[in-house]
Amino acid sequence: MTTQTQVDRATSPPTAGAASRHRPGDVALQWGTGAMAAVTAALVFLIAIFLAVYAFPAIRFNGLDFLTTLTWNMGNQYGGGPVARNGIAGMPGASFGVVVFLYGTLMSSFVAMLVATPVALLAAVAMVFRVPASLKTPVNTLVELMAGVPSVVFGLWGIVVLVPWIGNALGPWLSAHLGWVPFLGGSIGTGNGLLASGVVLAIMILPIMAATMRDVMSAVPSSIYEASIALGGTSWQAVTQAVLPAARAGIFGAAMLALGRALGETMAVLMVSGAAMNQLPQNIYQPINTMAAVIVSQLDSALTDSTLLAVRSLAEIALVLFAITLVVNVGARLILRLAGNLERSA
Amino acid sequence: MKTLIDERRFRAMRSNVAARSAIGSAWWLGSALALAASIAMLFALFWFVLVRGVPALRPEIFVTVTNGISGGLANAIVGTFMLVLGGLVLVMIVGVGSGIWLTAFAGPRMVEVTRFLTDVLSGVPSIVVGYFGYVVLLGYLGWGFSLAAGAIALAIIMLPYVVRGTDLALIAVPQELREGALALGSSTSRSMFMVCLPSAMPGILTSVLLAVSIALGETAPLIYTAGWSNYMPSAAPFHSPVGYLTYVVWTFINQPFAQSHALAYAAAVILMAVIFLTNVVARTVVDVAAQRLRG
Repeated sequence: MTTQTQVDRATSPPTAGAASRHRPGDVALQWGTGAMAAVTAALVFLIAIFLAVYAFPAIRFNGLDFLTTLTWNMGNQYGGGPVARNGIAGMPGASFGVVVFLYGTLMSSFVAMLVATPVALLAAVAMVFRVPASLKTPVNTLVELMAGVPSVVFGLWGIVVLVPWIGNALGPWLSAHLGWVPFLGGSIGTGNGLLASGVVLAIMILPIMAATMRDVMSAVPSSIYEASIALGGTSWQAVTQAVLPAARAGIFGAAMLALGRALGETMAVLMVSGAAMNQLPQNIYQPINTMAAVIVSQLDSALTDSTLLAVRSLAEIALVLFAITLVVNVGARLILRLAGNLERSA
Repeated sequence: MKTLIDERRFRAMRSNVAARSAIGSAWWLGSALALAASIAMLFALFWFVLVRGVPALRPEIFVTVTNGISGGLANAIVGTFMLVLGGLVLVMIVGVGSGIWLTAFAGPRMVEVTRFLTDVLSGVPSIVVGYFGYVVLLGYLGWGFSLAAGAIALAIIMLPYVVRGTDLALIAVPQELREGALALGSSTSRSMFMVCLPSAMPGILTSVLLAVSIALGETAPLIYTAGWSNYMPSAAPFHSPVGYLTYVVWTFINQPFAQSHALAYAAAVILMAVIFLTNVVARTVVDVAAQRLRG
């Protein structure tokens, strides 16, 4: 899709030029809209720069320990005033580490991808090859509507339905029957935790993943499908042996795009994660915390830190989250674009 | 180029027709079930919200404000509306403006770069946008939790959708229309406002409405920009906090009181209904306009 519009643009004559140089209205429009586009383009950089500048004292104070420390402790606020570390004043005992939140973010997204990817892929195959033409629009609309459900509603459902179910039924059952599998055994707790977060995230990213995979697969020339049928394959073989390999880059890109969503999702995870602090989950039922969720849940108490280091350390977490999602998203976009190019040249 | 179909693999598989068609049927059944389950999940969510939310929709909640753990939702409904409206005004200016620049003035290189950065912006987690708003607007600019701060955060969330929508809608305007206007002696700006924008309006409106439906459901960008208030939004746009519906869903469900739960469900059902309606309108705008154009 992207490449198609690029082609259009390349062949369309530029309308700027002689006319806009001479007519004051055009010059005004060009500069006015250009300023708007500059704002749009600059926002990504502004977000990174402002977060980095604001977090800078915390980055110096925490040093590399930030990436290896489990504890999040604002220090003793009444212990006789701040002491300096790495040239930055912090309260005695203050220690800010991202490990618990980074681990929770990566693990919950991992569980989500594990659950969502096969379902999304199968659903996308059904949408492309089995849904009759007359039903395509309603089905697509329903899938896209699901992508529009607010994350607090997923969180609400998670709190009221999913968490008790995991705590009372699924968790005990898994622990009893599959307890020998690493991370599946052990105590269940309330149900708030890694599994609940992963499942809620899976449901949230499922529609976007399925819709992108559907688009990628629809773009594979039907001749590939037909050729493999002609070679004597069954329809399922035609899909798995011919269409899926042809679309694999795009499918990978679609999964990565959904991963970017899962990594940055805040509210639904916040509501079912159990908001763990200073400890890692020992199994998939125990409480976790994510980088996005902790920014919401800790800011109020962070504001009580008179050195502001806690608030600045939250900005450092936001910066790390920004960097991770940036890498994943840019990777996904590049892969999807590359896949589009390959498929046009094929 | 490598062949896409491995012939040897197919020859090997051609044996035992019955077995592989049975395997195929099983997988097709599985894929149909996966799709059915995905769609069923949507209905389950709707059902979940409707069953609990509709009984909670007493008329009073539309006219009374929240009161700690009970009361109504009037402040949150008006707050959500004002925040989204504020964001909408901003994003119409910046987003549609960017789209116009991309199609009418930008060189191919700048188009590439701007589009890419817009895509990247759409991938920035909403809590990061919210914290950015907090750091810049409340920290550096010294505003309070406010309507303006919340509206700006929402506008940043909506921006990529509107830029992209405007861009694509303007590209889709037939080149003959543009050239016709220019050949008749109109300036670039005149052809933009009199010919291109009217013709692209359905597409632009669709993207704007879809962006609105996303903004309506957002929470993370608002928590540290709009704040929360039990009162109706006041006239001080930079220093007075604003309530909104998603906040009610998030916090009131964690209270140990039946009244607060009822308010959370009521807020959820109102949100779902408004978002659903916005989506339906967004999708029909294009169809209706296209039919009218065809005559």
